[in-house]
Amino acid sequence: MVIVLTGVTVVAGALLGYVNELTKAPIAQANAKALSDAIAIVVPGFDNNPAEAPETIELEGATYKIYKATKGGEFIGAAVESSANGFGGALNVLVGFDKEGNIIDYSLLSHAETPGLGSKAADWFKKGGKGDITGMNPGQKALTVSKDGGQVDAITASTITSRAFLQAVNNAYAAYSGQQVDGTSGATRQASATAEKSTAVCSGTPCKEGQACDAKCDSCKAACGEKCDPANCKKTNCKKVGCDKANCDKANCKKAECPNQDCKNKK
Amino acid sequence: MNNFKVLMNGIVKENPTFVLLLGMCPTLGTTSSAINGMGMGLATMFVLICSNVVISSIKNLIPDMVRIPAFIVVIASFVTLLQMVMQAYVPALYATLGLFIPLIVVNCILLGRAEAFAAKNGPVPSFFDGLGMGLGFTLALTVLGGVREFLGTGKLFDIAILSEQYGMLIFVLAPGAFIALGYLIAIVNKLKKA
Repeated sequence: MVIVLTGVTVVAGALLGYVNELTKAPIAQANAKALSDAIAIVVPGFDNNPAEAPETIELEGATYKIYKATKGGEFIGAAVESSANGFGGALNVLVGFDKEGNIIDYSLLSHAETPGLGSKAADWFKKGGKGDITGMNPGQKALTVSKDGGQVDAITASTITSRAFLQAVNNAYAAYSGQQVDGTSGATRQASATAEKSTAVCSGTPCKEGQACDAKCDSCKAACGEKCDPANCKKTNCKKVGCDKANCDKANCKKAECPNQDCKNKK
Repeated sequence: MNNFKVLMNGIVKENPTFVLLLGMCPTLGTTSSAINGMGMGLATMFVLICSNVVISSIKNLIPDMVRIPAFIVVIASFVTLLQMVMQAYVPALYATLGLFIPLIVVNCILLGRAEAFAAKNGPVPSFFDGLGMGLGFTLALTVLGGVREFLGTGKLFDIAILSEQYGMLIFVLAPGAFIALGYLIAIVNKLKKA
């Protein structure tokens, strides 16, 4: 009895070990291909192999992988792997930024959102989608859904997923700009012009979580957009960055973005 | 019972989903679209055929007292094999079904057929039993997935038939799975009596 059961498990174990050896390489290949395909979508036009040497950044306990894309040795942008807690579990996104920090495109790597609702995030925020985020720069203004006074239309009936998604994008930007500021490679130095300017205004100290928001400091705004606590931070700077009277009088003003303003164009 | 009868038995007379009501967990969990249901059905069919053939071939070697653990080891081995092979050669399908593949192990159709059929018959009828039960399961999951996908999103096999605004989202979610399955079982019962 014992011998038979041992025999069965030994045979099964040997077989599994053999197949594992056999499929190890193809599995690794398939995973690498999926990743490099995703990178090619979000930062097109590179001629190096970004998937080869990702840079890992730790920010507030979370790890971000940054895949740098170069063309002819010149830095053209990076794909950042980021995640946030969605409605059904972790939401993993690969976001592509150009060297100015504008969003080129993104790819939803994995998610556990409700099929038919939250799962629409795969296309919703792409170019041509209703919540198009391409071309936006989270450094100028953290991305938030219009319900929270932001500039992005949330997925219908999936506000939690939309919030999580934008959170992941903002975090990706934070990781991306973080590595730009203290990055040492030549590629990142070009992109740090805006960051340098803002740290100068900030008298050399980058804003940290909980620190008072300063309207003069661009990077402060971005950092505060999601994280600041009401006690230390002026609400006007954090919640409604860029939503002052001057902007609201413009023709493209949306009522939802500036609820307390009298917009000429009441969309 | 000849092999053809064994085959048809699994597809119609003892359909695992609509008649025996076995393996409800993957049935309800994976049928949010027709293609997902079909993929799950085919994966289960593969494991079912392999485990049926192997178990019926080694049944005389295994003492009665340890037959259940031995069967489970055989089934689990095939599921793991399938998982590794799928991950390596069809990563797209693995991405959709990945979560549910390990659950095939605890699908009671497999152990049920191993106990009820493979342990009493030779490898050849067991093969046909696995094929028939697998096809019946695949058919049921595809139909259920198709109904849910059509009612929920207006699509069928990802092809838009109606505009998405006519979709009743509840059918893609868990309650819709129970409602659709209940009605399908009712229809099958009605047809069988007629």
